[in-house]
Amino acid sequence: MTVKAKRSRLDLRNGRIDLSHGAGGCATGQLVEDIFHKAFDNDWLRAGNDQSAFAVPAARMVMTTDSYVVSPLFFPGGNIGSLAVYGTINDIAMAGARPLYLSAGFIIEEGFPLADLNRIAEAMGSASREAGVPIITGDTKVVERGKADGVFISTSGIGIIRAGLDLRSDAARPGDAVIISGSIGDHGVAVMSKRESLDFDTDIISDCAALHGLVAAMVEVAGSSIRLMRDPTRGGLAAILNEIANASNVGFRIEEEAIPIKPEVVAACELLGLDPLNVANEGKLVVVVAPEFADALLAVMRAHPLGAEAALIGHAEADDRCFVQMATSLGGSRIVDWLWGEQLPRIC
Amino acid sequence: MKYIDEYRDAKLVKDIARQIEAAVDPARSYHFMEFCGGHTYAISRYGLEDLLPSNVQMIHGPGCPICVLPIGRIDAAIELAIRPEITLCTYGDLMRVPCSNGLSLLKARSAGADIRMVYSTLDSLSIAEAEPNRQVVFFAIGFETTTPPTALALRFAIAKDLANFSIFSNHVLTPAAIKTILENSDVHPLGPIKIDGLLGPAHVSTVIGTQPFEVLAEEFNKPIVVAGFEPLDVIYSILMLVRQVNDGVHKVENQYIRAVTTLGNEKAKCEIANVFELRESFEWRGLGAIPHSALGLRSKYAKYDAEKRFEMVTPAAQDNPACECGAILRGIKKPSDCKLFGKVCTPDSPMGSCMVSSEGACAAHWIYGRFRRQGKADESWRTVA
Ligand code: SF4
Repeated sequence: MTVKAKRSRLDLRNGRIDLSHGAGGCATGQLVEDIFHKAFDNDWLRAGNDQSAFAVPAARMVMTTDSYVVSPLFFPGGNIGSLAVYGTINDIAMAGARPLYLSAGFIIEEGFPLADLNRIAEAMGSASREAGVPIITGDTKVVERGKADGVFISTSGIGIIRAGLDLRSDAARPGDAVIISGSIGDHGVAVMSKRESLDFDTDIISDCAALHGLVAAMVEVAGSSIRLMRDPTRGGLAAILNEIANASNVGFRIEEEAIPIKPEVVAACELLGLDPLNVANEGKLVVVVAPEFADALLAVMRAHPLGAEAALIGHAEADDRCFVQMATSLGGSRIVDWLWGEQLPRIC
Repeated sequence: MKYIDEYRDAKLVKDIARQIEAAVDPARSYHFMEFCGGHTYAISRYGLEDLLPSNVQMIHGPGCPICVLPIGRIDAAIELAIRPEITLCTYGDLMRVPCSNGLSLLKARSAGADIRMVYSTLDSLSIAEAEPNRQVVFFAIGFETTTPPTALALRFAIAKDLANFSIFSNHVLTPAAIKTILENSDVHPLGPIKIDGLLGPAHVSTVIGTQPFEVLAEEFNKPIVVAGFEPLDVIYSILMLVRQVNDGVHKVENQYIRAVTTLGNEKAKCEIANVFELRESFEWRGLGAIPHSALGLRSKYAKYDAEKRFEMVTPAAQDNPACECGAILRGIKKPSDCKLFGKVCTPDSPMGSCMVSSEGACAAHWIYGRFRRQGKADESWRTVA
């Protein structure tokens, strides 16, 4: 990963990725050092090994990996880099765990502007510094023009769980309360608003954020009365509730009126013919908790900046059909289903 | 969201539901067909069925453009799209409709056909402009609502002298379909269907106005209320229908006055008339061939007419014999009457087009309402009364 040699600096303003940046030679070393090591700067990377060693306390560990292929790469409120950091931190946090370290792999398309790559790396660096979860190892590959959509990032992470906590998706029980940490659909709408084919004006910015701080506070107060937590990313709230219902063999009844959602998100979804319940989030979590702990958990969530709008949106119920049903704000009822097929604007 | 929230006001909606409850005659039943998929969608999406008394039944009609397109037309489009020089542009939902030989546009695309999903007719024009070496065909479908944009696209193509752009027209006409449904409601071989009134289409009527429905209301003694797609529009229009039935009248009423006039949009109608002419007959999925029910490009625009330019033929294609879409589109059966519903046929693996678009009766019932037994939710959901 490191090559010590005298070399010129990268032209971060006008330069572009070429195939030599992925060939493993001098150019690769220059790219890694001038962009990634600089942006992620920490002791492990400075050591310049192909891997990083670290000590962990005796505890149950959590490991996760995810790949990020968002289009467009830059959107209001974030970019693919901050998304890759937050997304992986959140996957660890949803186990109730404390994230410790991240890795980052890049697949970059020939011709990609170095300035954009630098912006992405800097966003990752500051996201991981703010979250206190360093990126300690990585990899870079360059593919020919046309073989990737700009840049793909793959991040893995590890964390540790405190003793006695075991959150599993099959743990929801009839009667359990369902709480969401804030308004839904912000990320999906922010990204869609910048898609070339859609391109509409909105003030909505992505909600992408690292949730492990909020989770730590929740675990502190509610501990193992938390049955499970999930972050409603792709597929939105609807997909998460259906997944939990099927894994736990319960149904859910939720109240449309209780679900926090910004009027701008409702308006954008209306325009595109989408259901906000299916739209992606990147900084929200859903928690299923024993009913007697719901109020206490809600209070601690609301006291945290990332859970200020937390709301109790419904309950699990015995239902071997595993339906997620919703009382509509108009007084009717309907199913809240997974997304079938691709989510597309309607014809007329 | 101004002008939308008003039409989703829970208090008003519940209030009108109470008025319906008070107005209905308990000794009789009311069967209303919602012509448009947009109404079907709104009723399912907002759970409006739960707000209606049990003797008011809504029947899904044929008003989803995807559902009524015979699969032979899509087969023909696939035939065209696999030619190496052709780029076929289409709206998203159409991609998933199951066609002959286990194909769909989506599958044809993954097998290498150049099929692109567009959001508007203008997107396909831009593709034609940007790629002059390809023959770009716009797969046009829809009722009167989507016809003016297709007409405009043709006008732009002519103005820009785009020699590589053409239109595969599948535009169909609402009044002709309503007439066929009402004509056959008592005598159809699949069984009689009781229709006491119709929710007329909203977007379609913004173009053609309410006038074309007057002769239908008169001829068949059925009240027709042109209704918007917001929940308050729909429920209020049902109240208007109940009142007409109670009074024994059969008028065309316009609930959607904020967008619809008696004569419609003259400019849009002119645009359509300039570009299109009536086809003698057109096959509708589930309804059969209906005379004068669809539009083709006028012969003077033959070079922009994909059917002529590429000598397309529409193969006679058979729907899956177990699929009940035909009976559902006529209002004779409910989605749950189909043996395939929810078993082999789901939105993930649709067997018929009614399971494809969210405005299709089967998809709407599956996605939003499949917990209902006998068309009603558990009593615990009833919050009106
Ligand atoms: S459930 Fe499927 S197969 Fe049956 S009528 Fe509906 S679309 Fe056709």
